[in-house]
Amino acid sequence: MSEKRKYLFDNPRNTRLVVRSLVAACVILAGLDLVLHRHGEHPWEGVIGFYPLYGFVACVLLVLLAKEMRKLVKRDEDYYERRGPDDD
Amino acid sequence: MNGGGPMMTEIAPALPLFLGAVLSGFTRGWLRALVMLGAPLLGALGIYQMEPGTLVQAELFGLALTPVRVDSLSILFGYLFHLATFIGVIYALHVRDRIQDVAALAYAGSAVGAVFAGDLLTLFIYWELMALTSVFLILARRTERAFGASMRYLVMQVGSGVLLLAGTILYASNDGSLAFNHVGLNAPGGWLIFLAFGIKSAFPFLHNWLTDAYPEATPSGTVFLSAVTTKVAIYALVRGYAGTEILIYIGVLMACFPIFYAVIENDLRRVLAYSMINQVGFMVVGVGIGTELALNGAVAHAFNDVIFKGLLMMSMGAVLHVTGEMRGSELGGLYKKMPKTAVLCMVGAASISAFPLFNGFVSKSMIMSAAIIENHDWVWLALLFASAGVFHHAGIKIPFFAFFAHDSRFVAEAREAPTNMLIAMTIAALLCVGIGTFPLFLYDLLPYDTGYWPYDMSHVLAQMQLLAFSALAFTWLKLAHIYPPELKSVNLDAEWLYRRVAPDAVKKIMTQLTSVKELASKHTLAALGMAQRGIARHHGEHGLLARTWPTGSMVLWVAVLLGLSLVLYYF
Repeated sequence: MSEKRKYLFDNPRNTRLVVRSLVAACVILAGLDLVLHRHGEHPWEGVIGFYPLYGFVACVLLVLLAKEMRKLVKRDEDYYERRGPDDD
Repeated sequence: MNGGGPMMTEIAPALPLFLGAVLSGFTRGWLRALVMLGAPLLGALGIYQMEPGTLVQAELFGLALTPVRVDSLSILFGYLFHLATFIGVIYALHVRDRIQDVAALAYAGSAVGAVFAGDLLTLFIYWELMALTSVFLILARRTERAFGASMRYLVMQVGSGVLLLAGTILYASNDGSLAFNHVGLNAPGGWLIFLAFGIKSAFPFLHNWLTDAYPEATPSGTVFLSAVTTKVAIYALVRGYAGTEILIYIGVLMACFPIFYAVIENDLRRVLAYSMINQVGFMVVGVGIGTELALNGAVAHAFNDVIFKGLLMMSMGAVLHVTGEMRGSELGGLYKKMPKTAVLCMVGAASISAFPLFNGFVSKSMIMSAAIIENHDWVWLALLFASAGVFHHAGIKIPFFAFFAHDSRFVAEAREAPTNMLIAMTIAALLCVGIGTFPLFLYDLLPYDTGYWPYDMSHVLAQMQLLAFSALAFTWLKLAHIYPPELKSVNLDAEWLYRRVAPDAVKKIMTQLTSVKELASKHTLAALGMAQRGIARHHGEHGLLARTWPTGSMVLWVAVLLGLSLVLYYF
């Protein structure tokens, strides 16, 4: 019986709902920049779209750079357990 | 001393925890639970009764020591470690392992002793005690990997203590004072003490003991470990090196580089270990800026980090306890069987990501504001990058790969975490939301009164925008299949130098030395053989010098010799 049970994200509609809510939240939050007058501590904070853009670009850059880094630093799981200097 | 005469806890604030450690070694069942839970409560009560400004002084071999110094900074950290111990003890109540019980309480006691130490020698003693007690929380995992990691951990931690002692000796030889106040880099021994604190704060290149050992400790052991060592180090930096400019740059580096590793790391507790360096980086920046707001931010963030990182470590510990697995590549879908753990984990994730109304927000924003006020534009931008990054790897990645993503093979058999684990996580989660919503409870404990208030429209909107678009980036990268999958792997870090390069170099030298040795021994043996044969020829049983001669020929030869000497004498 428990094998048959449907969980929240077994239904792809719920997953889509989460993604759509996030997109909606992003649109609203970015839109608030146009409506609300921000009194930031730093001049750049006043630039419209500064935080949304920074957050998005930072994360994409982070992931792309980390992917490149993986080519350099990734080793097999038992890398440190293996004996002998020449078995890379 | 206060009016009521000295309390035992005022002379030794760490006493309840140390007594608890001893007693937990002898008790079992409900009595053990009582001792373990009572020790941190009693200790916290002791701190509540302390009078700021109290000094307990002693003399040892003519050295003026201050074993206990009470001020707002030590009180705050004192409360913090008792709180963390209390939560950790509840989390570990189901564990039947005396070594871990004793080690956890003694470790927490050492930390309390360290933050109340008024002189460098007392600090050194507790500093080393922390190393020696905490290592058992790693050893108690009882795996070969844990053993290796614990030995590397011990070398680094004890090494930090040795540096502290050397620095202390130099420092004291200057003006004879051991008092632990502002030290600064220019003081004699200042750099040594700085480095000692730096090792325990996991400065870049000195950080791998943390990412190496914490993920190898027991599920509950990591909870204690993550609460204590780095926070004592932050306390020590605040006390000794506030406003030291180089700390700003060290802190920025710490906040930024580990998030790259966190994105590609597979072991989810190691992801949290990298994330811990990132959070400690924020604190180190705060100490480096050194203004009242920045120091308050550093201390408050240390307090909050203990709670939300503890909560995240506890939720991952629960997953490890239930499934025996911690690799993101193998986990997933557990929200179906561990929904409570999943929700509690997400509270921790929201807190570390500094969502408004969660505790990370009310402390991290102090450090960010302090950076802007002091015109550290690039530092501020870097911290903003790190803030977006922390949401990415700790806020989203941890819950996503453990509880959602694809259904793993563990989903069928998994069950909810034990009740005591859930209670401990719930307390931590309530504290995350409580402090985040009513920050004055925490702000009142801070060393300075800055009148800072995090909740205004600009701040909240800015943070929400940053986080929402970070989440959007994750979602897009994931849906577009750009996001790097979790892979069974290890990633090379600075530890590569001492775990691979150095041992390999030593091995290589030893191999070459072996061939030199072989060559040498071959020639020596040949020479010895020749000598032996020579001796055998002359002295052996048929050798010229070993023959038995008839007495007559002997007499003849003697006569010849005597005659010869006579002839010589004559001339």
